[in-house]
Amino acid sequence: MMHVIGQVMQQEVTKLWHKDKSLAGFDTGDCIVLPGGFSYGDYLRAGAIARFSPIMQAVIDFANSGGYVWGICNGFQILCESGLLPGVLLRNQNQQFICKNVFLRVETTHSPITSHTTPGQVLKIPIAHAEGRYHTDEATLRQLIDNDQVLFRYCTPQGEVTEAANPNGALDHIAGICNAQRNVFGMMPHPERCSEGALGNTDGKVLFESLLQASAVTL
Amino acid sequence: MHAVEPQVTVEIAQQLGLTPDEFQRIQQIMGRIPNFTELSIFSVMWSEHCSYKNSILWLKTLPREGERLLVGAGEENAGLVDIGNGLACAFKIESHNHPSAIEPYQGAATGVGGIHRDIFTMGARPIAALNSLRFGNPELNHTRQLVKGVVHGIGDYGNCFGVPTVGGEVYFYDCYNQNILVNAMSAGIVEVGKTVSAIAEGKGNPVFIVGSATGKDGIHGATFASADLTEDSAEDLPSVQVGDPFQEKLLLEASLEAIQTGAVVGMQDMGAAGITCSTSEMSAKGGVGMRIDLSLVPTRQSNMRPFEILLSESQERMLIVGKKGQEQLLLDVFEKWDLQCAQIGEVIDGGRLEFYYEGEKVADVPAESLVLGGGAPVYKRDYTKPAYLDEIEKFSLSKIPVPLNYEATARQLLTSPNLVSKRWVYEQYDSMVRTNSMSTNAPSDAAIVRVKNTNTALALTTDCNSAYVYADPYIGAMIAVAEAARNIVCSGGQPVAITNCLNFGNPYNPEVYWQFVHAIKGMGEACRRFDTPVTGGNVSFYNQTVLKDKTEPVYPTPTIGMLGVLDDASLVMTLSFKSAGAQIYMIGTPSNDLGSSEYFRHVHGIVYSPAPHFDLNEEYQVQQVIAALISKQYIDSAHDVSEGGLFLALLESAMAGGLGFDIETDANFRKDAYLFGESQSRIVVSVKPENEDELVNHLNANNVSFTRLGEVIAHQIIIDEENFGTLTSWQEHYHNFLGSMMSH
Repeated sequence: MMHVIGQVMQQEVTKLWHKDKSLAGFDTGDCIVLPGGFSYGDYLRAGAIARFSPIMQAVIDFANSGGYVWGICNGFQILCESGLLPGVLLRNQNQQFICKNVFLRVETTHSPITSHTTPGQVLKIPIAHAEGRYHTDEATLRQLIDNDQVLFRYCTPQGEVTEAANPNGALDHIAGICNAQRNVFGMMPHPERCSEGALGNTDGKVLFESLLQASAVTL
Repeated sequence: MHAVEPQVTVEIAQQLGLTPDEFQRIQQIMGRIPNFTELSIFSVMWSEHCSYKNSILWLKTLPREGERLLVGAGEENAGLVDIGNGLACAFKIESHNHPSAIEPYQGAATGVGGIHRDIFTMGARPIAALNSLRFGNPELNHTRQLVKGVVHGIGDYGNCFGVPTVGGEVYFYDCYNQNILVNAMSAGIVEVGKTVSAIAEGKGNPVFIVGSATGKDGIHGATFASADLTEDSAEDLPSVQVGDPFQEKLLLEASLEAIQTGAVVGMQDMGAAGITCSTSEMSAKGGVGMRIDLSLVPTRQSNMRPFEILLSESQERMLIVGKKGQEQLLLDVFEKWDLQCAQIGEVIDGGRLEFYYEGEKVADVPAESLVLGGGAPVYKRDYTKPAYLDEIEKFSLSKIPVPLNYEATARQLLTSPNLVSKRWVYEQYDSMVRTNSMSTNAPSDAAIVRVKNTNTALALTTDCNSAYVYADPYIGAMIAVAEAARNIVCSGGQPVAITNCLNFGNPYNPEVYWQFVHAIKGMGEACRRFDTPVTGGNVSFYNQTVLKDKTEPVYPTPTIGMLGVLDDASLVMTLSFKSAGAQIYMIGTPSNDLGSSEYFRHVHGIVYSPAPHFDLNEEYQVQQVIAALISKQYIDSAHDVSEGGLFLALLESAMAGGLGFDIETDANFRKDAYLFGESQSRIVVSVKPENEDELVNHLNANNVSFTRLGEVIAHQIIIDEENFGTLTSWQEHYHNFLGSMMSH
C-alpha cells in the first residue's frame, strides 16, 4: 500500500503508529488508509481488537469531521468493527482462506474511490481473506441499497452477478461499501495488488486515481 | 523446590537417544559423569537433527563455493547470495516432517515460522515462501486430514505473518502414508554488508532472550525428529511446538529494527533445542562461553525445570548478544513492539557454557564439544545396494500394452492427484501480499518475485520427483537439480544457487544410506554442471514408519530449493500460449521412454521401472539454448516437460493462455511414450510465425535437437487429427479435481 501510494501514485504517504492518539496535521484533503494485514494476529475476530488501538479514536473523529477513510481487507473489517461502516465480515462460506483474482462490478461512481470508473465497469482485483463474507440485517441492507452505498459487487468477468462468482458468500454479493456521508469506504479486494504493469494487472489503479481527484477537489 | 532429576546412567542416555559409545565420549569430555541437565544438552546437540553426524561427511562433497556466495554453506543460518544492486538474498529450506505427521496444523505452521526466522535472524526481510509437500494416498481419510491440516497450518502462519507463499509442490505417494514430508523454504532480502552473524563475542557483552515466553512445548523435539516414527508417536504430542504468527511478525520487525541500532553483536533464532542450541552454536562460533541464569528466562508456566527451559522449543524466540553499555537501545526497540526482552546472562571467556538456576549451577559444558564441526560425533556409515533395484533392472517396456483410446487414457491419467492443478492448496495461501509476485497473472515455470526499486527479480522453485530418485538415486537427484534449473531458465532467470532438504529413511539402514550416498553424488555432479553451489539446507533422516510387521522408508526425497536471478525483470518468460497461429516446438529429444512416469504408475500400476532418460550435458545444452532464445526474444512461451509428459506440458500452456493446440506425434515412437513419457531435457516453446525462421536457425546453429509439433489454435485439443475435446472440458477437471477429492 505504501509502495502504490508513494511510488506508483507519487503521493506523500505517512505511516501512522497504532499507539499514537492524534491525527493532528491531517485535514480533509488527506485520506487515512487502513490497509490489509492481520491486526494483532486476528485470532479473535478480524479487526475486533484493532478497533481498540489508540489511534482508532482519532480515526473515528477524523471520519466524523468529514475526512476520507479507506479500509481495505483487514482495514474494512476494522471499520466495521469500529462502527464507521455498517455490517460485519463473517468467515468465508467455505471456511477457508481464499487468495485469488475475482471480478467486481462497479455499482456506483458516486464515491471518492469510484468517481473515475464507469457504471457497471468490471474490475479484476484479487482477494485474500478468511473473513470476508459481508453481512448485515435486512433493514441496513435496504438502506445501503437505497442510499447507493454499495460500491462493488462480485461478478463474472462479463459483469453478471451470480452465485458462482461470489467467492465468499457475501450478502447480496457485496464486496465494498461506503457510509451514508460517502467519506468512509471499505472493500475486501486489494486494489493495491493490481496497480502496476509489472504485476500484470492495473485494474486497481483507477480507484487510487479517483481518490486523488476527490482529495484535490476538497482541498 | 526442585524436582529431583534422574540419576544419570547409560540407560537414561539411551532413552534420550544417545548410544552407549556416545555416552562414553561425553564422560571423557566432561571428565566426570554428566548430570541429567548436561546429558540432556548433549542428547539434543548430538541428535541427528543438530549434529548432522551421519550426513556431514557426504555433505562436504557437495560444491559449496561460487562467485555470488557471500557466506559459505553452513556458516550462517541460511545461504546468502549476491543479487546485484548492493543487495543479497538469504534463502533456505528446512523440514518439519515428524511434527507435521503427528499434528499437521501446528507442525506445518511452525515449520514455516522456523524457516522465516532463519532468514530474518540474519537481518534479511523475508519476501517469499515456498513449500514442498509429500502426502500418502489421498483416497485415505487419514491422508486427507493431514493435507487439510498442513495446508491450513501453512496458510494461517504465512498469511498472518504477511509473506507470500509463491510456489512449491505437492505429491501423493503411498510411501508417505504415515510419514508425510513438509519442507518449507523462505527467501529474504538484505543490503550487502548489513547482515548479522550468529556469533557471540566480547567478554561481558549481555545475552538477551527476546520474543515469546518459554513453555514446555517441543521439549526434546530435536531428539524426536531423530528417531523413527512409530504407531505410538502420537503420544509424543508435547514434542510438537505451537506457533504464533503475529508474535513472529512483531519479532521480525523488532529484530530488523534492533539491528539498525548498531547494538547487536550477534543473533540466532531458537529452533531445534532452543536455548541450548543457540547459546552453544553462537559461543562455539565466537570461541567464547556464556554464563546464563535460567531463572531470568521469562516462562509461560511456573515450576519449569532447568532442563525444560534449556530444551524448550517454544517458537518465536531469538537469542541476541548485545553490546555492553548499549542495552537500553535494544530494550527500547522490543518495548516498542510489545515484546519481552530479558537479559539472561553474559559472554565469558574460556568457551564454557555455564547455566545457573536460582543461584545454583545446573550445567557446565564446553560449547565447542556440542556443535557440528566441534566435538559432535561424525560417523562413516556402511551402505549396500537396495534389493528393490533388482526389480527395476528387470523391467521391460515391450511387455506394456499401448492404449486403444488416447483421449480416454489422457483423461484417466488426469485423475492422478500428482498431475492436476494444486489450486485447492495454493488458493489457501496468500500468494500476493507485499505486491511483488509477478506470477499471479502470468505464470512461469518458477515463481517470479520482483525486488522493489531495482530491475531485478528472483526466480524461485522447489523440485524433486522422488519416484525418480527411488528408481535411481544418482540420476534422480541429478534430475531434481536439473529440473529446478530448467524451471528457472524457462522463466528467463539464471540459476544461481541451491538449498537442499534431504529427506531419507533411517541412516542405520545400509540400503537407505546407499540411497543417500548416491543421491548426494548425483546432486553434487549436477550442481557443479549448472554452477549452482549448495548454500545450506537440512537433513531429515528417520522418515519411515514402523508398522507392526515391517519398516517402510519413504522414497528418498532430496528436495532442491533453487534461487535464480533475472537481472532484467522485464525479460521474464511465461508458460502460457499467447495467440492462435503461434507455432509449437519441442526443444530436446523425444524417446521411447516411459520410465518412472506418472502414466506407468497411475494408468498401468507399475511401480518398478527405471528413472527417465537423462543426460547432464544434453540438459545443460538445452538450457543454454532456451536462455538464448529468451534473451533474443524469439519465443512467446516456454514450459518444461515433466510429470505427465508432453501432453500435460502442452495442456498447461494451453490452459494458462485460454487457447487450444493442434499437434502431431512422431510415428517413430510409441505414441504413449511420445505423449506421456517423462524423458528429461525437453521444453515446449511457442513462437510467432514471423519469428519461426530465426528460432529454427538458432536451433540448427546450436546443434540442438528439436521438433515442430503443431500450432496454437482456439479452444480445441487436437492430436494426430483426433479431437480430444474442448479446452474448457479439460480445464474444469484440471482445476477442480483435487478440491473435489479433498471434500470427500
